Amino acid sequence: MASILDAGDISRALKRISHEIIERNHGLSNVTLLGIPTRGAYLADRISVNLAEIESAVPHGMLDVTLHRDDLRLRPPRPLLPTSIPPEGIEGRDVVLVDDVLFSGRTIRAALDALGEIGRPRSVQLAVLVDRGHRELPIRADFVGKNIPTSSLETIRVRLAEVDGADEVIIENQEGN
Amino acid sequence: MRHLLSINDLTVQQAREILTTAYELDRVSDGQIKKLPTLRGRTIVNLFFEDSTRTRISFESAAKRLSADVINFSAKGSSVSKGESLKDTAQTLQAMGADGVIIRHHASGAAQRLADSGWISASVINAGDGTHEHPTQALLDSYTIARNFERENYDLSGLTVGIVGDILHSRVARSNVLLLRKLGASVILIAPPTLIPVGAESWGATVSYSFDDAIGNLDVVMTLRIQHERMSNFFFPSLQEYSRGYGLDDARLSRMKGSAVIMHPGPMNRGVEISSSAADSHQSLVLRQVTNGVFVRMAVLYHLLGGPQSATQSEMGI
Repeated sequence: MASILDAGDISRALKRISHEIIERNHGLSNVTLLGIPTRGAYLADRISVNLAEIESAVPHGMLDVTLHRDDLRLRPPRPLLPTSIPPEGIEGRDVVLVDDVLFSGRTIRAALDALGEIGRPRSVQLAVLVDRGHRELPIRADFVGKNIPTSSLETIRVRLAEVDGADEVIIENQEGN
Repeated sequence: MRHLLSINDLTVQQAREILTTAYELDRVSDGQIKKLPTLRGRTIVNLFFEDSTRTRISFESAAKRLSADVINFSAKGSSVSKGESLKDTAQTLQAMGADGVIIRHHASGAAQRLADSGWISASVINAGDGTHEHPTQALLDSYTIARNFERENYDLSGLTVGIVGDILHSRVARSNVLLLRKLGASVILIAPPTLIPVGAESWGATVSYSFDDAIGNLDVVMTLRIQHERMSNFFFPSLQEYSRGYGLDDARLSRMKGSAVIMHPGPMNRGVEISSSAADSHQSLVLRQVTNGVFVRMAVLYHLLGGPQSATQSEMGI
């Protein structure tokens, strides 16, 4: 088990991503942030705080993708997590999806399907804290905290103060350590 | 969890999980009818040996919103009326590849029989068996109560629910007592002595023979239909006399707590167990129950059929 990012690294990565979101979208007037629960939602909260400090507040919410997953049959049913879409909706907005780890890309595919049920954004962008490779679908992130090349035997664990008590990204082997 | 036959099959934790899932489905749909891909390719059979409007439509609508294929089977107009047995019917459904069977039957225990028989590998959901149980109705009633009183985590403690009427023949009452007690509510069964089953005290509810004594203390008044079709004897002298003693009429409506609500599993006999003004009053949650029923049944279908069908459940990486 090795620690890859500590609390300071995570905070700096999220600050940089926040600036990049503003730069890419030429301001924030049309941006909506949607985090994918559990940890993506907390990251979206933190990015929205950054954006408010740097420039202005943006609508933000969360989007549970469980019912749209293509791997539901491979595992026992999971409880659904909350979805909350900002009242102005996503129609015509530039939606930035936020997740903790980008791996196979299947979560993001499910998120795109879930978005399609809600409305038609002008664009969808993706921000992730960690991109660990091993994509199984043609999906890429627009904003990346850190690229971490991994072996498929390794597991990346993102721990956040809101749920796990501390901010940290660790890498461990499948066997446990 | 493979089948849902009785409220006793559920732990408190599982019941809360189903209700929480229902709430998320409720919020996701946000008043609009949305189709989710979750059960695409699964076949669900509505196997109804008894008449039903809302339960069958509610299950059908829930299954369709989750993209399952639905086959409706009612005993009238099927080979059952030609003398086919439950076993042969079940084996036919098995051969057609049913993944879930929702069964309503006039015999108590029919759902259990179907689940235990080995005739069929599908998940079985009890949609009412004789006078035994109707678990999804209890789930939607508790969901409706918890939402109305804004209870965190479906904890109903401190609320008093009165179930009024034909307790003896009511599977809705039985399932409701079990679930309401699990979630912490107090339950009072209110009926003439002839319509209280022997041993009802052992369900964990108290029994009262006087609606007028109880009504001022109730947070929820759940009225039940008089089930003529199950009554082989005389349980009370006349409908008018029953209605006078146990009907929710305008006088009793005015004596209810201001915050109290009225529920009815339907179909209602207006003028017998409930007056029209009570059924249509602002305290009535009857239509909310119908709306919530679809979300609760979607949650049940998701929990039973959303995962792998075989018992071997492999854990994969994200």
